[in-house]
Amino acid sequence: MLTGLSVSWGIFILIVLLGAGNGLSNGVRSNFNSRATNSVQLWSGKSSMPYHGLMANRTLDFSNRQVKDIDEQLREPDKKSGIIDKQSTVTYGTEYGNYSLRGVDPSYKDIFNLKFDPEGGRFINEIDLKDHGKVVVIDKKVKEVLFKKEPALGKYVKIGSVMFRIIGINSKKEQYGNPTCYIPFTTAQLIYNPNQKFGSIAMTVNELDSKAKNDSFNKKLIGVMSRSLYFDPKDEQAIYIRNAQRDYLQTMKIFNGITLFVFIIGIFTLIAGIVGVSNIMLVSVKERTREIGIRKAIGAPPGSILRSIIIESILITGIFGYFGMVLGIGLTELVNYIMVQTAAQSTSENDMTIFMNPTVSLTYVFISTFILIISGIIAGYMPARRAVRIKPIEAMCEE
Amino acid sequence: MITLRDVNKTYYTEATSLHVLKGIDLHIEQGDYVSIMGASGSGKSTLLNILGILDNYDTGDYYLNNKLIKDLSETQAAAYRNEMIGFVFQSFNLINFKNAMENVALPLYYKNISRKKRNAIALEYLDRMGLKDWAYHLPNEMSGGQKQRVAIARAIISQPKILLADEPTGALDSQTTEEVMQLLGGLNQTGITTIIVTHEKAVADETRKVIHIKDGLIQNIQHN
Repeated sequence: MLTGLSVSWGIFILIVLLGAGNGLSNGVRSNFNSRATNSVQLWSGKSSMPYHGLMANRTLDFSNRQVKDIDEQLREPDKKSGIIDKQSTVTYGTEYGNYSLRGVDPSYKDIFNLKFDPEGGRFINEIDLKDHGKVVVIDKKVKEVLFKKEPALGKYVKIGSVMFRIIGINSKKEQYGNPTCYIPFTTAQLIYNPNQKFGSIAMTVNELDSKAKNDSFNKKLIGVMSRSLYFDPKDEQAIYIRNAQRDYLQTMKIFNGITLFVFIIGIFTLIAGIVGVSNIMLVSVKERTREIGIRKAIGAPPGSILRSIIIESILITGIFGYFGMVLGIGLTELVNYIMVQTAAQSTSENDMTIFMNPTVSLTYVFISTFILIISGIIAGYMPARRAVRIKPIEAMCEE
Repeated sequence: MITLRDVNKTYYTEATSLHVLKGIDLHIEQGDYVSIMGASGSGKSTLLNILGILDNYDTGDYYLNNKLIKDLSETQAAAYRNEMIGFVFQSFNLINFKNAMENVALPLYYKNISRKKRNAIALEYLDRMGLKDWAYHLPNEMSGGQKQRVAIARAIISQPKILLADEPTGALDSQTTEEVMQLLGGLNQTGITTIIVTHEKAVADETRKVIHIKDGLIQNIQHN
């Protein structure tokens, strides 16, 4: 019984520990889901240095020219979208709210990982862009406020003073900021942005798989922008770049260390389990030396005694190992279930987490259980072999 | 049936050695009823252990049923014990977590007899010992006499040719001693060669032949 419980406990602790490690891993990774991990976004600022006869303190704004320059001069960017940010009152019937209004290109969806449920419609497409369509994609939160339970797709909302038809509902929770309504970039330029200037450009980049490559890309991007907007490349106030890939690589580097640490703890837990199981098997067989002596005296062949001890070990460690495994998986799944439920009920937009889905791969679970069972069997086999080898009369005298 | 020629046995410890049997010559016929008597440390139990193939001897020869018992592998020795010899010990040596019936049936397990059949046979033997009602009791629920009768049933269930009893009455009161001796005598009547190690004269007097052993040597053999 004690042997069995130690096997159960060893496997249970191992699974919980590995689950916690995985939970940490999944949590950190999930924080990068708010945008593609290979995304880069830049915001225009104010120059803080004079440059080529131009004064400092100039407000720098992007225009289509900068998007074009990026397109022509840089190889790495893939999907790009200019971003026009406004605030506007959005009204449906008697319901209204003040939301962020964003003019974007179709590729924005992939850069920022927007999500659409099967019945959530679609994102802005090239036709909307070309036709300056008065169509809007709203965040789920906006839908819930303006439409409650009523279907929203195809309905019209008033943004400012212009009516827009809802074509999609983004179900991804925003981590920061206000709920947002997305309209075609060209429509936003036409209606809300007569000077054609905007504050941000987002893009995805390819092949930047190291910190060095990302740093070099950031430098090139600043160079292109410096030539395009006329500011000193050393001017840190002129533009601000957020390179998610660089952040991701850096975080993952730290995180790989944590994974290694959890793995080492896991290995030590397994070793502790092996030692525990082995000791208990050793004691339990030693306690049975007298019984083994009696069995031998009445004619039990050594092979039969060894076989019965090994079968017993397999049964004990197997059954209790399975029990510990089920308990461990059960607990990690329960924690996961509770976390999923809590996340589903959460109304907070700011739901950053460092812990998520603390479940363990079944392969690891089975391998660890198997290792513990085998060690239990070996640990039982050693003293059993000794007991079988000594003379029955000596075995019977042993207490 | 049993022949020993110049059998010697020495026990070695790290510091000393103890020559326990110093050239035993002995012959026991099939169906004999023999007791071995001697003081503590005279070598009587060692002799019984060698006869029961529970221990090895150093030099000499031991023939059991015309077969030289020497340097047997543990598997061969186990097979001999199972087929030829039944044991009764002073401390009963029952397995505590098995009930009386399971203890009695154990030798049949090693003869590959099915559980149902061996339990039925065990019940028969327990009945012969007057313990049928105690079949499902654990040893620690039984008296010394009952335990020894269970041990005797276990010793004879595989129908051995020889029954070896090491101080079978050592832990029993006089009335139970008498009952056990009656049982052993009855078994000998059925043709089982019975050898009892004892230091009680009353017990030895029940047997037909008493072998007196002193300091590892047979002093004399007394015929009752």
